Amino acid sequence: MKVIKEKHSLAMRWCHWVNFPILTIMIWSGMLIYWANDIYSITIFGHTFVRFFPDWFYHTLGIPQRLAEGMAFHFLFMWFFTLNGIFYILYTIISGEWRELVPKRSSFKEAWLVLLHDLHIRKTAPPQNKYNAAQRIAYTAIIIMGIGSVITGLAIYKPVQFYYLTWLCGGYHLARILHFALTLGYVLFFVIHVVQVILAGWKNFSSVISGFEVVNEDPKPAIQTVNDDENAK
Amino acid sequence: MKTPNKKVKKELTIEQKINRRNFISFSAFAIFAAGAFEGWHWLYKSPNETAGITAEAHKPLRQALNKTELFFKRLVFNENHLVKTYPKEMATKRVRVNSDIGLEARKKFDPADWKLQVIKKGGEILQIPIEELRALPKTEIVYDFKCVEGWDQIQHWAGVKFSDFIKHYQLDDYAKMQYVGMETPDKGYYVGLDMPSAMHPQTLLAYEVNNKPVPLNHGAPLRLIVPVKYGIKNLKRIGTISFSNTRPRDYWAERGYDYYSGL
Repeated sequence: MKVIKEKHSLAMRWCHWVNFPILTIMIWSGMLIYWANDIYSITIFGHTFVRFFPDWFYHTLGIPQRLAEGMAFHFLFMWFFTLNGIFYILYTIISGEWRELVPKRSSFKEAWLVLLHDLHIRKTAPPQNKYNAAQRIAYTAIIIMGIGSVITGLAIYKPVQFYYLTWLCGGYHLARILHFALTLGYVLFFVIHVVQVILAGWKNFSSVISGFEVVNEDPKPAIQTVNDDENAK
Repeated sequence: MKTPNKKVKKELTIEQKINRRNFISFSAFAIFAAGAFEGWHWLYKSPNETAGITAEAHKPLRQALNKTELFFKRLVFNENHLVKTYPKEMATKRVRVNSDIGLEARKKFDPADWKLQVIKKGGEILQIPIEELRALPKTEIVYDFKCVEGWDQIQHWAGVKFSDFIKHYQLDDYAKMQYVGMETPDKGYYVGLDMPSAMHPQTLLAYEVNNKPVPLNHGAPLRLIVPVKYGIKNLKRIGTISFSNTRPRDYWAERGYDYYSGL
């Protein structure tokens, strides 16, 4: 028998879908800013593996010569990004949903088993509630990264006024590197997240819009009449 | 009294419930997505502000920049915060030259002929030779110079504190006004500063870099060093200084950048 199983609260769905376009705009406008001093690369022993970013990348996305515009967009949408994040964190704490989200002591060990299962190396996955161990770690990490982006962002935005944040980030120079690295982290998260969502299928995806999943439950034995009150719940 | 005609509301079947909730949530999602897209399209295509003291930014974005500045100013900023300083050994030997706007005068500029001009009320102009400024108390600073482009460099500058300069030339009444404007002799580059930033204890009229006179490409004979602002506000080769209660014109604010560009 089909049963509606509540999965994602409205607040969680709201924050998720509001965050998606805002973060996209923040990354895009961030690139307009980064372009003006694009000095980062991954270089090991003198060999440059990746340069952020190659010319074809800039030109494809129309990034060059737009620093002022990038700053104007970035410093408007930072408000929405931060407020949405604060709202989500407060909601998660107050509603108690953090219990489904924050990694448990066992999560770090279990996440490995989840990974092996996802890679088809292991047949079984550890039992889970709403999120599995790997999801708990990933979804908590992305919130911490968001906080990190706000802190490193403020540290490079107003390093004199927020000198304590700049100090906390290890100085202006390091704060800018961290701010950039966190953004790479989002992109990595996004890629894995989307692949996982595709693999999980339509039912899982649609629950982040509708809030519920349809599950099949075994019909209850008809003879059982004793705990009628219990069943009615 | 009960209305006899009213139909007894039948409980929805599970299928109906599923369909109804899907319909509502997906419609709401589609409306939200369309609204977000429309909103973005409106903002992205919004016209530029009317060119004035500031220009070339999308109108709503300029308003946001100004509002954000006001918000932080009222709630967070403390104008007495000092910029972090470093030991002299950490200062770079090769101070980066990033721009020569305002320095590319048609005829050759001779620092020997230069005098700082302070424009006073009623058109009176105070002419100050560099020797006079050098005779005033000298202040040194080694700090992390920050460019709006994103680079930073620890640099060692020396000169007369702007606040000392104001006191010495008895310009205290002028310092009660809200803004200071500075321009290069050829008027090619110009900045506007809010008075608290100008009077900040680390703001210098600098004539030395690394213990040597400021070279031409760094704004000889006198340039502004205002550590609480991005490099774009650190005018090279100061020609004139003026005071006002409205925002003086500012080269980069006319090109889409934030007027305050404070740190």
